Amino acid sequence: MSKFMRTMAVAGAMLGAVAAGTGAQAQDTIKVGVLHSLSGTMAISETTLKDTVLMMVDDLNKKGGLLGKKVEAVVVDPASNWPLFAEKARELISKEKVSVVFGCWTSVSRKSVLPVFEELNSMLFYPVQYEGEESSKNVFYTGAAPNQQAIPAVEYLMSKDGGEVKRWVLAGTDYVYPRTTNKILEAFLKAKGVKQEDIMINYTPFGHSDWQTIVADIKKFGSAGKKTAVVSTINGDANVPFYKELANAGIKASDIPVVAFSVGEEELAGIDTKNLVGHLAAWNYFQSVKGPVNDGFIKQWKTFIKDPKRVTNDPMEATYIGFKMWAQAVAQAGTTNVDAVRQAMYGQKVKAPSGFTAVMNTNHHLSKPVLIGEIRPDGMFNIVWQTKGPVKADAWSKYIPESAKLTADWTFPWVCGNCEKPKYAALAN
Amino acid sequence: MQRFLPIVLIALMLALVAVVRPVAAQDLAATLSGLTDADPKPAIAALNQSGDDKAKAALAALAAGNLYIRISDNAVVIGEKDGEMVVVTNAATGDVEDMLKPEELQAIAVPDDAKSLLGVAAADTQSGPVDFNTAIEGLKADSFADKAKAIAALTALGDARAVPAFQALAAGRLFTRKSDSALVIGAASGNDVALTNAATGEPLGIVAPGEIDPLFVNNNLRNVLREAVGRLGLGSSDPAVRRSAAAALLENPAPEAVALLREAHDKEQNAGVKSVMALSLAATELSDPDKSKRILAIQTLSGAAELRVRSLLQARLSLETDTEVKAALVKAFDRMQTKITLYSYAENFVQGISLGSVLLLAAVGLAITFGVMGVINMAHGEMIMLGAYSAYVTQEIFRALLPPGWIGAYLLAALPVAFLVAAIVGVAIERGIIRFLYGRPLETMLATWGVSLCLQQAVRSIFGATNKEVANPGWMTGAIEVAGGLAVTWNRVYIIIFCFAVLGLIALILKRTSFGLHMRAVTQNRQMAAVMGIPTARVDAMTFALGSGIAGMAGVALSQIGNVSPNLGTIYIVDSFLVVVFGGVGSLMGTLVGALTLGVVNKILEPVAGAVLGKVVVLVCIILFIQKRPRGLFAAKGRSADA
Repeated sequence: MSKFMRTMAVAGAMLGAVAAGTGAQAQDTIKVGVLHSLSGTMAISETTLKDTVLMMVDDLNKKGGLLGKKVEAVVVDPASNWPLFAEKARELISKEKVSVVFGCWTSVSRKSVLPVFEELNSMLFYPVQYEGEESSKNVFYTGAAPNQQAIPAVEYLMSKDGGEVKRWVLAGTDYVYPRTTNKILEAFLKAKGVKQEDIMINYTPFGHSDWQTIVADIKKFGSAGKKTAVVSTINGDANVPFYKELANAGIKASDIPVVAFSVGEEELAGIDTKNLVGHLAAWNYFQSVKGPVNDGFIKQWKTFIKDPKRVTNDPMEATYIGFKMWAQAVAQAGTTNVDAVRQAMYGQKVKAPSGFTAVMNTNHHLSKPVLIGEIRPDGMFNIVWQTKGPVKADAWSKYIPESAKLTADWTFPWVCGNCEKPKYAALAN
Repeated sequence: MQRFLPIVLIALMLALVAVVRPVAAQDLAATLSGLTDADPKPAIAALNQSGDDKAKAALAALAAGNLYIRISDNAVVIGEKDGEMVVVTNAATGDVEDMLKPEELQAIAVPDDAKSLLGVAAADTQSGPVDFNTAIEGLKADSFADKAKAIAALTALGDARAVPAFQALAAGRLFTRKSDSALVIGAASGNDVALTNAATGEPLGIVAPGEIDPLFVNNNLRNVLREAVGRLGLGSSDPAVRRSAAAALLENPAPEAVALLREAHDKEQNAGVKSVMALSLAATELSDPDKSKRILAIQTLSGAAELRVRSLLQARLSLETDTEVKAALVKAFDRMQTKITLYSYAENFVQGISLGSVLLLAAVGLAITFGVMGVINMAHGEMIMLGAYSAYVTQEIFRALLPPGWIGAYLLAALPVAFLVAAIVGVAIERGIIRFLYGRPLETMLATWGVSLCLQQAVRSIFGATNKEVANPGWMTGAIEVAGGLAVTWNRVYIIIFCFAVLGLIALILKRTSFGLHMRAVTQNRQMAAVMGIPTARVDAMTFALGSGIAGMAGVALSQIGNVSPNLGTIYIVDSFLVVVFGGVGSLMGTLVGALTLGVVNKILEPVAGAVLGKVVVLVCIILFIQKRPRGLFAAKGRSADA
């Protein structure tokens, strides 16, 4: 599929060059790499992001391109295969000579490509909420860090509006994102005075499909006389059977609300949501946000994908923000040189579909608002709470003792992603 | 109305304070600035007493979160959003002064303890007696706090007419009609919505979803609504409503409902409803000041095994100070605990059977193709996936073409469709690829694996990579509560029944039809069967069609509990092979016993070891078992047995 598309793209470019005659320079495009799985387990989520990047490229070209050149997307398919991600990243950077790459979904795929980007000094935009505890010079993280999603969600549930939850089930898929997030949440909950016996932690394998025992356990745990909530970092395909079991077991959101960090509009499209009304999700964006930027974004997406039923979601918004920021930074730097663009990225502002202005910080993470939504019968979210303004991402969580000391700041005098003291402290003084 | 008592008391107290310190019109500005004090209660009370229109407007703005401090001069102002700007009105003079950006204003927050006071204040500003029709209009309010007030007002009226509106609001079915902003209840009617008047219940015709705006609630309000429904529904003439009302009160025991509940309980004729009411009554009496009543309530409750009751007792246990009552609580708790533990064993077993039946369904088609024919078909999972997609397509056709009442029947129609689709694809694979590879298992495996990737990508290209929604029909949603805490969901009950029906059907085909006879003959000795005039090639194709078709039907069933996505098959393929190998290649009985054993063992291990470790343990056990008995539980004779 991807190979076919690439061949088509190359063929198209060649045809275009021929048509334009000898005067046109066939080389004169800015190449953008798209590294999202189009087959395998993660295709379900990542295909949409590939389309989002293509939409943004299309839009940019319609507006006259970048630095007077056309932008060209180079799409590859790492096929949900983590080592293949690294291989394809190398291919994009060394062979295709792309200026920037938009890609990855799972943390394990990001960890797999990280050394390649650092070795070849290229630039990756990573658009998915993740566990934090990382800051690479070569990656811009446009998804949420835990303090922009998990912590505010738990704080909301602790509040009066959220139902003053006292007992917590931390349920997740067994891999790095849920494990790290739950570690942070556990530390946070304990700091808030929640006792060990009021926290239940549960991990399930990828694609877990039989949720009877766990749902029954949650029901039992929740009937101990204290208000209980489930914090779900269950990822991907396992969510549908989980919510189906939950609905059929009669666990209502008003008894035991489930707040999810990986369930958005796109995931709900595969579930009958009538029995899930009131369960929650925490994101930095919902399709139901009201505002001109979001209206434009939704319209642009539906027109591009030619399907009025398709929905927008948070990682798409993060891709949108990342792409816009990159385009602005390139325009500002006047070149696609990675080092120059990186410098121009800091402080870059984009009016985001969430209705706020997102800002890129020197720790390579965004300042974004946090929104909490309840599932509506129509599969959208009803926003019940949001932060007053954008929240700055902590690359290193302050709730884990060993990471609380670390700072990520890629500008002088720090210039590092994880140090306790500025690298150039002496020079600064 | 015990709940409002403290509020009324505070209001009275503050009213006294206010009488001592009356507000003169000229120092309205000074009083207003008192709202920004750490304790704004005196200022609110003073404003409330003044009777000045401007003071009322300021309070209303404060309640709605629209009262601000202008940062430039610290004046108290009322702000109204207009696009990105805020129109600013001086709260003391009532004059519109300027338009500011939101960041030039600082909202005045109300501390929690003053909110209730503000509620009283706001209610006071609505002059005249509140009747049902005006009170119900209050539900249209934007903020959750205002909605809560409207609900409280309606509940206080004690009018059972509010029940349908409350239930609709909790379920997200309460709307305002865009044309006249009338409050309506909507019920899905095909793609449109059938409206009824929320206050009177009269039907208002059918409109498109775009013509109505939904009213939203949060979980907190849902609980308030449930309790309100409970209190209002007790007087209903419908026993089912009374029962659900009593059950709602068991979920949220409200002390102020005791009198109401007792009255209803004494009047109740229906024994079933009466017992639920007795439980709810006991639940509310758990916090009765009278010790003997508490003990009596505990004794009533200890007879039940509902988890909810246990949680009530547990909550009470932590609050109880009286030793005698405490002892009774502990006793009741123990009694209930043994019951619950017993149920949880039963539950594990039932869940195991249910998981086993899912495994069996997934594996039974494979038991035919792999077990009987000896073909390692890696595309078996994709046959399941095709079946699930057939269910999706059938559902979409039903939705588009048939009246809404028929939608529940789509699943039955999907079964033959899925069988045919999967069987046709199966025959195509057998005729096109596998028949050239008989006796070469490695090549067969690789070729069918390639086919499985092709099918996955084909489905991804046609339907898209995202999950497709296959809804549970009404008769498959929900659960049957066998006893307290022991519940089996309907979809799983049907899957268990369906799975045994399929198994019975296959056994019938194998044992009672000539095709079955031919199949068994070919399995046992191909050459001899051919000599006897059996068309072996056709039997091969038919057998493969049968196995694939059954996998397709399994797909329809599995679409009811899980994802419908291109990856559906990969989830089940490994488990399917596990079941067939464990049960014994070539034996249907082995597949049955193997699947159920795996299911039950998995479910017994899961609570102890966790889902991840549980799976590992099961896998290790199977490997050890295969070492001891390479032919599985029920070793059978067949083409594969000869190999």
